[in-house]
Amino acid sequence: MELQHVNVKIFVDGDLPVDPEQFINVFHTWTAEQSCGELLIDVADYRHVPAGPGVVLVGHEADYAMDNAGQRWGLLYNRKASTVGSNEDRFTQAFRAAASACRRLEDELTGLQFSRQEFQLFINDRALAPNVPETLDACRVEIESFLQSLLGHGDATLTTEPEPRRRFGVLVQTDAPLDLAQIAGAKA
Amino acid sequence: MKASNGLWKDLLDGQISAQHAEEIDTFETEIELRQQDKVDEKIFAETRLRRGTYGQRYDNGQRHDGNKSQTLAFDVKQSKGPNTAWDAPGMQRIKIPYGGVNAEQLEVMAELAEEYSDGIVHITTRQDFQLHFVHIEDTPSIMRRLAAVGITTREACGNSVRNICGCPYAGACADEAFDVTPYAHALTRFLLGHPDTQNFGRKFKPSFSGCAQHACGLAAMHDMGLIAETREVDGQTQRGFRLVVGGGLGAVPRQAKLFDEFLPAEEILPIAQAIARVFGRHGEKKMRSRARMKFLIEKWGMEKFTAEVLSERAKLKEDPRWTEFLAGAEEELETPKRPPGDLPDGSGDDRYSHWIKTNLREQRQPGYVMVTVTLPLGDLTSDQTRSLADIVREFTNDTVRTTVEQNLVVRWVSKADVPALYAALDKVGLSDPGAGNILDIVACPGTDTCKLGISSSRGLAAELRTRLAEKSFQMDQAIQNLHIKISGCFNSCGQHHVADIGFYGISRTFQGFKVPHFQVVLGGQWEENGGLYGLPIVAIPSKRVPDALDRITEMYLAKREKGERFVAFVKRIGKGPIREALDDLTIDAPTPEQDPNFYSDWSDPRQYSLGDIGKGECAGEVVTQYEFEMAGAERMVFGSQLHLESGDADQAGKDAYDAMVRAAKALVLIQYDDVSNDPDEVVEEFKERYYDTEIFFDPFAGPKFADYFFATHEQAGAPFTTDSVHHTIEEAQLFIEAVHSCYNRLRSGPVAT
Repeated sequence: MELQHVNVKIFVDGDLPVDPEQFINVFHTWTAEQSCGELLIDVADYRHVPAGPGVVLVGHEADYAMDNAGQRWGLLYNRKASTVGSNEDRFTQAFRAAASACRRLEDELTGLQFSRQEFQLFINDRALAPNVPETLDACRVEIESFLQSLLGHGDATLTTEPEPRRRFGVLVQTDAPLDLAQIAGAKA
Repeated sequence: MKASNGLWKDLLDGQISAQHAEEIDTFETEIELRQQDKVDEKIFAETRLRRGTYGQRYDNGQRHDGNKSQTLAFDVKQSKGPNTAWDAPGMQRIKIPYGGVNAEQLEVMAELAEEYSDGIVHITTRQDFQLHFVHIEDTPSIMRRLAAVGITTREACGNSVRNICGCPYAGACADEAFDVTPYAHALTRFLLGHPDTQNFGRKFKPSFSGCAQHACGLAAMHDMGLIAETREVDGQTQRGFRLVVGGGLGAVPRQAKLFDEFLPAEEILPIAQAIARVFGRHGEKKMRSRARMKFLIEKWGMEKFTAEVLSERAKLKEDPRWTEFLAGAEEELETPKRPPGDLPDGSGDDRYSHWIKTNLREQRQPGYVMVTVTLPLGDLTSDQTRSLADIVREFTNDTVRTTVEQNLVVRWVSKADVPALYAALDKVGLSDPGAGNILDIVACPGTDTCKLGISSSRGLAAELRTRLAEKSFQMDQAIQNLHIKISGCFNSCGQHHVADIGFYGISRTFQGFKVPHFQVVLGGQWEENGGLYGLPIVAIPSKRVPDALDRITEMYLAKREKGERFVAFVKRIGKGPIREALDDLTIDAPTPEQDPNFYSDWSDPRQYSLGDIGKGECAGEVVTQYEFEMAGAERMVFGSQLHLESGDADQAGKDAYDAMVRAAKALVLIQYDDVSNDPDEVVEEFKERYYDTEIFFDPFAGPKFADYFFATHEQAGAPFTTDSVHHTIEEAQLFIEAVHSCYNRLRSGPVAT
């Protein structure tokens, strides 16, 4: 099973400590500087929608968003372009991009802190990854291997998305905190 | 773009009608051919438009970052239309005839928004859905998934019959003559892909209303508006429609004109076909700005237009679909899921009580109500869309519709279920009160995603909504009842002409820097199917629009007579005093150093087109002359409105024309400072210097605005009617805006001397 369009959402630790309008300013700056690995195109403001996509930095190969789905703010990395390699490579690529964006936001917005122990990993393509138990069966080993590489151990709780109409994915909760800076800076 | 694009065809095999499947296959092939450069880009552009696949802002590969224009380095250099990068994200419009949608379709919409767009399902002012930031190569998959649940995007854009609008309360409204739904459905089936609808020079928009007095279908602003009526013939009730034609908003709005007081229902399909044939054959094809049906009617007059259509009708060969498609039209279409009930006593919660008051509408069927789900800026998330599908299934037999106010209406809700339904909506953030009132602001995409947007209509709408919501409970009912509609430019996709208070985006230059502005449009009427069109009275800097709104509403509250509607209030006191109350908002701009925020738009921190401004020192004196003349032109065009209000159509027309001459002279002065005030000389100089050289041509509209000027000049001295002078004032305003735009473009480069 080839899983493309990997999404990673790293939650904000606790309540959002900054005005979401600040994400608009930051994302416009990133766009002007073209400072992510992807071609950045525009910023979409959906703050008016409750529990919605928040503020989206639309890119060509991927979108970054300060997303409030489920009324939980977090940095969402949505990989749109296909990438080569294994599924584990794709999980790693998406997580690194998300971690890197989180670190930058923490540096640029005082008080903002992302969780080191909880994130979502999901596949934004229902044809490739329908949200059925068989999908997890088919990729569980690769997810666990990815987490082993990420954490240095396999101590993580995986919770699947129970609503079948939503996209296939897992909520990952770890006992030991992740080192986002180290992950963001790691070479592929 | 999606790795799964090759899978959906097989996954949905057998679930798509053969015709839809073939159409989508063909479109997919056309995409491949264009990629191989085997199809001309212009032809491909119209092809994709007819499948609802639109361009979006920045698709020319350029984006201004506030300081300079940057090239967006898309990898693939192929184009999907003139000056449109292949890889640039676009918009997919999805037609929803008469706004009718079901739970399964909502679920698919939610999936598509997540997988191909940005997680937002957007509802338009013509009851369509739109997805933004979509990649062209994903569109066949989107179309297949839609087709599998009975939705086509065919002819959602392009020079075709667009979505057929219809009253969302049809079949359940106490005020309607009868349910227009089956007729809208029949016309949709009949005209979709019909050979007689494939050769238009421009789009063709029909709409159905069940009554004349409400706005729900906006029949008066459509190319073909059908308003249900009945009459008694030999003791039998006969169904028919009051048919109006040639309406439209856009840059130059026109009210539809009466074609037939009572067109029998069985005649609507053949007459629609005849109209399409006449429009296709005789409508303008070369000059896009004059290609809508309203211009053909203006050119011919209603008498000739009607005669041509009736003559064409007489020649049509009998088509069995004319009647087959209407079979069963008089039967009840929808049924309730739950038994009728009574509304339980209020919970005492203010918000719930407010919601009951604004978002519920009695059905003519006792015991049932229709519930409006208010959507801020027409947006809902994928999660909300799925939840709404669940709610629709739980409480109704799949009866939900989109509205022209960018909301959704859940029909056939038993009154007994209202508290439970409210709770279910509230749980997913869909219980906002204020449907159809001042909080329920309509806005087009504007600068967020539209290529033509000048100012941020959605940004302004969100800001106004936030401010108004804070005080909504304390607002006087007269203020709550107002309609606000905002367009990002003069094209009126936000329907600003038919609002109580409308706004449309423009730009102005202060101290050498562009500043986003909105024209304030007053005098429009939402009721009676959009019965009156407003006119712009003054341009306000974007960041001062909330103050302008406060002043207008305060003035209305203070000076209105008992029970006086806003449109009547504006007419009684005149636009002069209102403008006077706003005048100081147009002057005393802060410097960029004092308030940089003034020089950016709502929800967008970039300095508004700063990098487009050149700094030619030698232009100083010329700028002064230019600005002086333009201020005079703007005063004159406003004065023409005051004359129109006082009933002096001739003077109003003369002032509007003089305003155009003065604006043209302002531009001529930049190159030739000896130009006189003689209109003939101004026209000659303007034509030679700005028209023949195409300097004046708008990047999108081309020579359209100059053509307005020349046409008005040619008719100078002829008497004006109230109807014609309204158009002349509109055109004068647009010409003045175009002069501003041209001047701004000139200032971005070396100033001609």
